[in-house]
Amino acid sequence: MHVPFCAVRCGYCDFNTYTAAELGAAPGSSQDAYLAAARAELDLASRALPDAPPLHSIFFGGGTPTMLPATELAGLLTTVRDRFGLTPDAEVTTEANPESVDRAYLDTLVAAGFTRLSLGMQSARPGVLAVLDRRHTPGRVPQVVHWAREAGFNSVSLDLIYGSPTETLADWEASLDAAIGLEPDHVSAYSLIVEPGTRLAARIGRGELPGIDDDVQADCYTLAEERLVAAGYSAYEVSNWARHGHESLHNLAYWLGQDWWGIGPGAHSHVNGVRWWNVRHPRTYSAALAAGSSPAQAREVLDASDRRVERVLLELRLAPGLPLDVLTDSERRRIPALVASGLAVASGERLRLTLRGRLLADAVIRDLLD
Amino acid sequence: MPTPAPGKTPPEIIRNFCIIAHIDHGKSTLADRMLQLTGVVDGRSMRAQYLDKMDIERERGITIKSQAVRMPWQVDGADYVLNMIDTPGHVDFTYEVSRSLAACEGAILLIDAAQGIEAQTLANLYLALEADLHIVPVLNKIDLPGAQPDKYALEIAHLVGCEPSDIFRVSAKTGAGVRELLDHIVADIPHPVGDPKAPPRALIFDSVYDTYRGVVTYVRVFDGELSHREKVLMMSTKAAHETLEVGVISPDPVKAGSLGVGEVGYLITGVKEVRQSRVGDTVTSAANPAKHDLGGYRPPHPMVYAGLYPIDGADFPELREALDKLQLNDAALVYEPETSGALGFGFRVGFLGLLHMEIVRERLERESNLDLISTVPNVVYRVVMEDGTEHIVTNPSEYPEGKIAEVHEPVVRATILTPTDYIGTVMELCQARRGDQQGMDYLSEDRVEIRYLLPLAEIVFDFFDALKSRTKGFASLDYDQAGEQVSKLVKVDILLQGEPVDAFSSIVHTDAAYTYGVAMAKKLKELIPRQQFEVPIQAAIGSRVIARESIRALRKDVLAKCYGGDITRKRKLLEKQKEGKKRMKMVGRVEVPQEAFVAALSTGETSKDKK
Repeated sequence: MHVPFCAVRCGYCDFNTYTAAELGAAPGSSQDAYLAAARAELDLASRALPDAPPLHSIFFGGGTPTMLPATELAGLLTTVRDRFGLTPDAEVTTEANPESVDRAYLDTLVAAGFTRLSLGMQSARPGVLAVLDRRHTPGRVPQVVHWAREAGFNSVSLDLIYGSPTETLADWEASLDAAIGLEPDHVSAYSLIVEPGTRLAARIGRGELPGIDDDVQADCYTLAEERLVAAGYSAYEVSNWARHGHESLHNLAYWLGQDWWGIGPGAHSHVNGVRWWNVRHPRTYSAALAAGSSPAQAREVLDASDRRVERVLLELRLAPGLPLDVLTDSERRRIPALVASGLAVASGERLRLTLRGRLLADAVIRDLLD
Repeated sequence: MPTPAPGKTPPEIIRNFCIIAHIDHGKSTLADRMLQLTGVVDGRSMRAQYLDKMDIERERGITIKSQAVRMPWQVDGADYVLNMIDTPGHVDFTYEVSRSLAACEGAILLIDAAQGIEAQTLANLYLALEADLHIVPVLNKIDLPGAQPDKYALEIAHLVGCEPSDIFRVSAKTGAGVRELLDHIVADIPHPVGDPKAPPRALIFDSVYDTYRGVVTYVRVFDGELSHREKVLMMSTKAAHETLEVGVISPDPVKAGSLGVGEVGYLITGVKEVRQSRVGDTVTSAANPAKHDLGGYRPPHPMVYAGLYPIDGADFPELREALDKLQLNDAALVYEPETSGALGFGFRVGFLGLLHMEIVRERLERESNLDLISTVPNVVYRVVMEDGTEHIVTNPSEYPEGKIAEVHEPVVRATILTPTDYIGTVMELCQARRGDQQGMDYLSEDRVEIRYLLPLAEIVFDFFDALKSRTKGFASLDYDQAGEQVSKLVKVDILLQGEPVDAFSSIVHTDAAYTYGVAMAKKLKELIPRQQFEVPIQAAIGSRVIARESIRALRKDVLAKCYGGDITRKRKLLEKQKEGKKRMKMVGRVEVPQEAFVAALSTGETSKDKK
């Protein structure tokens, strides 16, 4: 469920999200219009997939889902449950910004059936948060984690960003230690990517901020692996660490090529080898659904070769690695060189990346694929 | 057209002339205007710059292949025939210019009234004076706001030896003064003289390959007559063919029964390669051959060599085919297959000069859709060993090992015209390039002609760009071969991961070898992207390492996030990166971008946005 609202747009963000000022007062761009349209798309989805099995994961992301009142978020979840049903152990996650929730808000979510909270901590350093345009103070994060535990979330995850301009390895170490000290069940650590067209890219372009240093990011990643493993987490995917049993089902669904329907403006879906994505603007999205038509903007049907490439691309990022039988003969012949370079190991009919290989995963995949 | 017919035109009413001008000084525009005024081309069908045929020429605004147009003109009710021979305007084609000049009795010296004379124009003017041509000096673009006709009239008068008031002033763009200029050509340029009864002799001043007709040979008849269905003989190449067609260009081909004394036209013999119909050769009758040719023939002589390799090794046959095809139209192009350890199978290609090289490369890429790597161009060295054996080195990687007695390198006489403000800068550049100053003359108060003897190797790569950038574009350059000299030269090798890369080897002066090695290693460090392992770069003379750098191993190459399930974006990105990888050349285990093979030698003065 993509909720396309944010209080401010962070300088590094290129996601499909809008501030109130950007949306203005035009009809079709209000929260109410969004909620109505999202429900209409849920109806559309349930009609399109009458035989869909109960869902085992629902993820509210954005944007900032917690920009919606807690009752509305809870109401959306109820609609999903009504249309599709949930498995007994379903994972129901929402992303949240530390400043956008309080104890009462979290209680409402848990009462409605939310099981997992993914909190945008990003950093424990005020200076780093400022470069990222994040509005919360570092102290807010322990408070929210505490509330989340009290409210009864089954799983709490912290999102971190490393390698942003001006951030030092010591800054990152402090953030890692702070995060681990809060004993989350799951940690996502993303290297900052400067996306073209963002305000951050412009600031770097003008020389106001230094650019990204890949070597520093590599050091950060290595440190994260070291600290998190020592604290009992393991990397089940390149950017995600979890305590045993707390791996995110939603995350795995992406990497394992499972089926999902993305609801909301600009949301991406994948069902049975077809990928499609919705129109991006909330107003266009609402208008399409109000007119009774599909909000899909375009789609692609994956052929056998696309699917195979995607499997290599996605599954190699996972800890269990890629089954060797996905690879062609010529690709398999390249494995010994990767192993000799210390980038991968092959055992039990699977190819797994080493720590160094994870850092060079894209290069490994390029070298491996025909 | 009530004009005199080809083959039946008395030489007395013929005027053969060419236009000597620098690029952009308006030669093509003036030619267009003349075509219009003489009624050869009407205004509507007037394609701007009618005479420049090929796309590349149009884009670069230069003329590579000369042509001849026959134009009728009347003065005081009398008929005249004007043959305008278009000359190439670049330093690489001096020989072709000289042959075009040899086909004329007069030359229009066309100078931009805002810029004054340029080095190549001056060189061509000297050629025209040597060939005893009647010079008609003309200032063009007099309507431009920046024009200084009086100043440049003085300069030209000084060069040509006339009065400033004798210099015509025209605007080719508006047509002002062009009609008077045509009248003046009739009045002033001598008519051709020849013996109509003698065995025919005609000078080939151009030959062009046409897909449908085969080779079209442009000639100027000096004696006798060349007829339709006649067996002709090329006196230097000894090739004999029957003329399937003779005619004149006006501006489309017009068939004729014959071409007589003084006439300019074309002949077609069905020959498929321009090499069989060479510029400068003399055409005569096979049945009634002339005793002596017209003289001045010189086989094309490549001055610069470079390796051309397909990026994708599988394209080698296509490259061969493309070169074969190009050679049909370019007698100066020579090539032979070569193998490079780094680049695989390709060709070592000889060119007349740098422009020629660029044109060839562009045409190959454009017309045959090939992705090519071109190695750094080099000149031809003659290496004499202590045991007296001699090696001709056209590729630095073939530089002989062992005891070398002497190395000879080609030198050129360079003429540089520059505003006086830049004399110091220009001299500094020439000295840095091992130049030997030969003299300096003031063309006017604020412009000088500086003459240097320079090793060709020193100007082959980026001298012209350096000259232009140091003089804010004001200096111009011309050069001519001037034999060879003995120099202290060494081969500098570049090693990646300890392995020499033949395509990076270069022959440089001993004194510059160290600086060169250091600069080259630094440059390659910038140009070669980081790999998954450390890549040491070394520069070495023989087994002696003179510089080293290292490309640190790439440690991170992974996108952390998955863009909210947008897997399509991820896959497209991978496809794009894989495409990028294909444009890299694998040298051992190292991926080297194609630009590295040429850009590595740039001194930094080369303008990057040249194209």
